[in-house]
Amino acid sequence: MTKQQANWSPYDNNGGSCVAIAGADYCVIAADTRMSTGYNILTREYSKITKLADKCMMASSGFQADVKALQKLLAARHLIYQHQHNKQMSCPAMAQLLSNTLYYKRFFPYYSFNVLGGLDSEGKGCVYTYDAVGSYERVGYSSQGSGSTLIMPFLDNQLKSPSPLLLPAQDAVTPLSESEAVDLVKTVFASATERDIYTGDKLEIVVVNAEGIRSEYMDLRKD
Amino acid sequence: MDQKPFSQGLLSSEADSQRTLYPYVTGTSVVALKYKDGILMAADMGGSYGSTLRYKSVERMKSIGKHSLLGASGELSDFQEILSYLDELILYDNMWDDGNSLGPKEVHSYLTRVMYNRRNKFNPLWSSLVLGGVKNGEKYLGMVSMIGVHFEDNHVATGFGNHLARPILREEWHENLSFEDGVKLLEKCMRVLLYRDRSAVNKLQIAKITEEGVTVSQPYSLKTFWGFSAFSNPTVGAEGSW
Repeated sequence: MTKQQANWSPYDNNGGSCVAIAGADYCVIAADTRMSTGYNILTREYSKITKLADKCMMASSGFQADVKALQKLLAARHLIYQHQHNKQMSCPAMAQLLSNTLYYKRFFPYYSFNVLGGLDSEGKGCVYTYDAVGSYERVGYSSQGSGSTLIMPFLDNQLKSPSPLLLPAQDAVTPLSESEAVDLVKTVFASATERDIYTGDKLEIVVVNAEGIRSEYMDLRKD
Repeated sequence: MDQKPFSQGLLSSEADSQRTLYPYVTGTSVVALKYKDGILMAADMGGSYGSTLRYKSVERMKSIGKHSLLGASGELSDFQEILSYLDELILYDNMWDDGNSLGPKEVHSYLTRVMYNRRNKFNPLWSSLVLGGVKNGEKYLGMVSMIGVHFEDNHVATGFGNHLARPILREEWHENLSFEDGVKLLEKCMRVLLYRDRSAVNKLQIAKITEEGVTVSQPYSLKTFWGFSAFSNPTVGAEGSW
């Protein structure tokens, strides 16, 4: 009698795409609002973006239960940080915390694909991109999730980031203005929605700048 | 090369014999929607043991505290276990005796944590839960799956309901449905499920939760129509068939 195998998986992919673009004094973070499982749509109005700190937003796609658990954990750690240091965590600090939190579960990972976006300690836009187990790097722009394979090459083409290997080190942030970056994000998602079945319904765009945080929405195809 | 499934190789011992592998007695879809005064939820009363219809009077919807209604599909013994956890939760909430009581949002959050934590230990509660309620005029309707995936929406369904009922609800649901329209819409969904879901039974309850409280209807059955001419003479037009 062979040992019984489990016929359930602890993971599921609830789909969706996330993008973040860093500018000289702003950061745009965007994600679609569709939540799916298999070939079904569970809901069309689900936000994948969360505020971790005053100038630090995170967009995550993947397995929603893990994403939510991760967000809760980081929010709790941020609260403790505020109690201990009487200040908000900076974006680079939160970036390191996220990496460590992900690696902590290296052998039963959070199936969560994240992009962190915000302003660094000098007020310049910053974007950090992650894999599921915490390896990360600061970049000028990034995309994660089911549509990332469609979105990333397009961003590479439009934002032409200089190689990080160049010396002297060149700025990765885009010279585009805030409104140009938002338009680019809208274009990118409209395109990804055409070909990725898990991306669509609605686009949520969050812009972080010196004035604060503002949100914008755009309808996407619902098929 | 055979890939070992997730649960093997992590802890192959007697402890494994305690972990849930598959469900035994199951309930099928639960469908729910928000309407003008609160939430309407429907579930049939069948408890299947594989392909046998073993239990025909199972109440798969229960009120939780003052403000919430829980419906469950999947393993029924796990539903009973969850009710037992919630009983304790509500008891402690009442013991505070502070005039505040847990609303549907809080109960949903609690259930999400319970389901996710069981999934983390590779011993899931094999249920899909629908949690609806009204507190201080605010309507709430959410769902939790057996691995902790959760969300809120204006209408939700579990199991087959996702495939058959959700499309109908997407087309016909709108804000401020009257009670009669809400019931009609739910019955439409349940009728489709009855025709097309093998494990559905024609004995259902509809529950309503409003600011005033929970009412679960008496069991009743839906009118069905089988008199299609194609059924009475299925081989008409098929030459050579009988």
